[in-house]
Amino acid sequence: MSKTILTVDDSRTMRDMLRLALSDAGFRVVQADDGVHGLEVLAGETPDVIVTDINMPRLDGFGFIEGVRGDDRHRAVPILVLTTESDAAKKERARRAGATGWIIKPFDPAKLVAAIRRVAA
Amino acid sequence: MTDEHATQGRRKTDPQRARELISFRIGAQKFCVDIMSVREIRGWTPATALPQSPAFVRGVVNLRGAVLPIVDLSARLGFSPTEPSARHVIIVAQIGDQSVGLLVDAVSDILSVTDNLLQPTPDVASDMAKTFVKGVIAIDSRMISLIALDHVLPGAEREAA
Amino acid sequence: MDAMAEIRQTFFLECEEQLAELETGLLAIDDGDRDPETVNAVFRAVHSIKGGAGAFALDDLVSFAHVFETALDHLRAGRLEATPDLLKTMLRAADALADLVRAARDETGVDAVRLATLAAELRAVDPAAAGEGAADQDESFAFRPVPMDESMFDGFDADAAPPEREFSIRFRPHRDLYAKANETALLLRELGGLGEIAVACDASELPLLPDLDPEAAYLTWIISLRTGAGESAIRDAFEFVEGDCDLEIAQAGADRAGDEEGLAPGDVDIAALIGKMQASVEAELARVVDTQVPRAASADAERPDQSRSDHPKPDHAKPEQAGASIRVDLDRVDRLINLVGELVINQAMLAQQVQEAGLSRASGVATGLGELEQLTREIQDSVMAIRAQPVKSVFQRMPRLVREVAALTGKSVRLVTEGEHTEVDKTVIERIADPLTHMIRNAIDHGLESPERRRAAGKPEEGVVRLLALHRSGRIVIEVSDDGAGIDRARVKALAAGKGLIAADAPLTDEEIDNLIFLPGFSTASTVSDISGRGVGMDVVRRSIQALGGRISIQSRPGQGSTFVLSLPLTLAVLDGMVVTAGGQTLVVPLTAIVETLQPKIADVHGFGGGARVIAIREEFTPLIDVGRELGYRAAAADAVGGVAILVESEGGARFALLVDAILGQRQVVIKSLEANYQHVPGIAAATILGDGRVALILDVDAVVASSRTEAQGHDLLLATAG
Repeated sequence: MSKTILTVDDSRTMRDMLRLALSDAGFRVVQADDGVHGLEVLAGETPDVIVTDINMPRLDGFGFIEGVRGDDRHRAVPILVLTTESDAAKKERARRAGATGWIIKPFDPAKLVAAIRRVAA
Repeated sequence: MTDEHATQGRRKTDPQRARELISFRIGAQKFCVDIMSVREIRGWTPATALPQSPAFVRGVVNLRGAVLPIVDLSARLGFSPTEPSARHVIIVAQIGDQSVGLLVDAVSDILSVTDNLLQPTPDVASDMAKTFVKGVIAIDSRMISLIALDHVLPGAEREAA
Repeated sequence: MDAMAEIRQTFFLECEEQLAELETGLLAIDDGDRDPETVNAVFRAVHSIKGGAGAFALDDLVSFAHVFETALDHLRAGRLEATPDLLKTMLRAADALADLVRAARDETGVDAVRLATLAAELRAVDPAAAGEGAADQDESFAFRPVPMDESMFDGFDADAAPPEREFSIRFRPHRDLYAKANETALLLRELGGLGEIAVACDASELPLLPDLDPEAAYLTWIISLRTGAGESAIRDAFEFVEGDCDLEIAQAGADRAGDEEGLAPGDVDIAALIGKMQASVEAELARVVDTQVPRAASADAERPDQSRSDHPKPDHAKPEQAGASIRVDLDRVDRLINLVGELVINQAMLAQQVQEAGLSRASGVATGLGELEQLTREIQDSVMAIRAQPVKSVFQRMPRLVREVAALTGKSVRLVTEGEHTEVDKTVIERIADPLTHMIRNAIDHGLESPERRRAAGKPEEGVVRLLALHRSGRIVIEVSDDGAGIDRARVKALAAGKGLIAADAPLTDEEIDNLIFLPGFSTASTVSDISGRGVGMDVVRRSIQALGGRISIQSRPGQGSTFVLSLPLTLAVLDGMVVTAGGQTLVVPLTAIVETLQPKIADVHGFGGGARVIAIREEFTPLIDVGRELGYRAAAADAVGGVAILVESEGGARFALLVDAILGQRQVVIKSLEANYQHVPGIAAATILGDGRVALILDVDAVVASSRTEAQGHDLLLATAG
């Protein structure tokens, strides 16, 4: 049975690219538009890995990760954040919030999949 | 055995190249138009009059859901206006982006005419006719005038919206 | 189309949305909006564009967006104050960003000088300011090329396999490592992928069960790894958990971990070579990143944690995410609309034939038809609603236009828009953009006075251009007004006379003079200014509006300003109409214009001199317009008593009575364009096809009213109450 990845990003373009890269690699993809939507989706899904952007309206990546870690059902789900190269501070912040790892934007589909495989059981 | 390329090459420069024309009659005179401009031939149906339009625009008819203006070609060429009846014919022609119906007396044949048979319009023709006639063709000792459709519709500037 | 090409399309579409958000947000901030969410949204818009652009390798766009994003980051972090000057710069940057996006989309060029200047301005606002900090922001994006040391290749033997080395790794996770959902097992698995691995576990720190904290970390792992990969590959595997563990990597043998210089001479290790280069690059990067981290870290400390305080703000204007939507091919919608239109025609034809067949109204067929008509209407409404869009998409382009024209003319202008959510058929939206653009340009170029003149006239220096849209009696009304000097009637009249458009001494009312600007060949610019365009006059604007089935009029007050009023049909496809005969012809009168119908009695009809007639309707004298004669179907006046008077309300609210021969019925008709195959006909809005298959013309009520008034020899008909 293929793994389920939840991607959370407010950019339609990014969501499309994530979906393309992940489904090509054989993953089942579930998507959300921002942090609030992500938490709503999590009410009904148990993804194997979550990939989330940081800058989003309503609830940003940090808030979302904290929300996920605060939920008993999902606190052990690996979360990867999408971040730009120069954002060392953001990476640190995401990790403090509970992120498992990160993926650099713009992402290389192969690296994305490798990062997912690295954190997914 | 014709070589496709050779034929096409010849077509470009060959005065022997043939065009297909539809010939029709208005009064006692014969005319023709390039068949490439003709969409279809229909019988006459009464047209809905258009207010404040030139006398040669007889009105509009329904062509399968589109509104088609009918131009009395006889009047347009400077001859007497037509009294249309069920015996008259409408040639539906494509002029640029628009379809127009040309009211004529009858449609005759399809002619295959090579360019070298086309002679310049004789000087005696009226100014009106000169605007529309591209040239004349002699066939079976009859003179058939080739019509250019570009200016058939009323000439008001139609600016792009 | 392949998937990436489709996503690229999506990207550019999304960019347009982001650009709109960007502009709206910046304008709001300029207006005094200090809501942190507004500036966050603005930041995100540019961030989003940058992100996508990076994925498609649009380097120019990426680097400009990056500079812009950095400046916006300072703004949202409170390190920059939102002064009017800053906002001006940012608005110009937004315009430049938009140009870059479109150039990337259309694969055309951009003005590199302009961009460089703007980028420099944006960098200059950086609070840590000029010099090394600013320069590095750009570099952080591009890798600095690392100079290759030739000595690296000495003794290089291409065929040698990288020698394997033995590493001893000591790995002790901290509690946080697990809290972030990292797993030792997965790490070990990844290490195992690098070579031969043997793992031992040191559980000496593990307490007895009662003292065991299930979330704490007590285990230490000793791993020996035999691999041809270098140390950096090993460190890579631990990339995510760095900081949440104790990690020691030692190469078994004399060398200490991290010391790459200890290669035996002649011992060429490609992996080590690459590792060395990678390390140098990373060192370069680290140097750059380090200069930024202290700033960012301190900024984080100062700024209160905005993202945490989320209760969705009630006035947060981003409800677009609510409600599912799908994207549909426009062709399919158009086809659907055409089909529904044909359905309406066919249903009408069927109804006619049933009626002619003399079937009773109560018969099953007739009732069935009635239901069919009902259903058809509902389908039609639903289908038309698909094409309806808010005018916002057109109005959105105007602020930028106003900025540009204001800058070009040296005038100070503020644009006020109202009614952006008014919905209009998509075709109307597309075709109204150019006319609106032209009118707004005109308003600024010709309507508004220069700041000096305005001051002298006691007006505020900043001129106002108002753009508004609303629904009114079944039509869309769009107004473009300015508070400028109004139409210079003397000049207009003189110009028109000079061009031979009117007689020099023609007696014209103010309204008639104003309308001279719609005449072809009229232009008030003494030099054709670049802005209002060559040869694009108000006559073209008017014809564009007419081609949409609409009309345009102007109201002007000297010293106070002018207002253009556009009236457009709500949908381009269908119309509820009253079928009438006039002058022997069948016409359709739009129901939305009709107030009531009545049969004139001889006592109510009065002559007014010059052939004009009025009809008394409930004590008010209303001008009577003979439609058959007005349209030229008939020369002689119709007998009012034998006909029917249709009371209509024209645009200005004034009432007129249209005299027709008879009313045939009321019907919904599908609008067919006359302009498609022919041209605009005065007095006629469009055509339709009736149940009998014949074409009937749809009356343009306002145009007929207007032409009847001019015919009444310039007299304004008096509307007086009886008494």
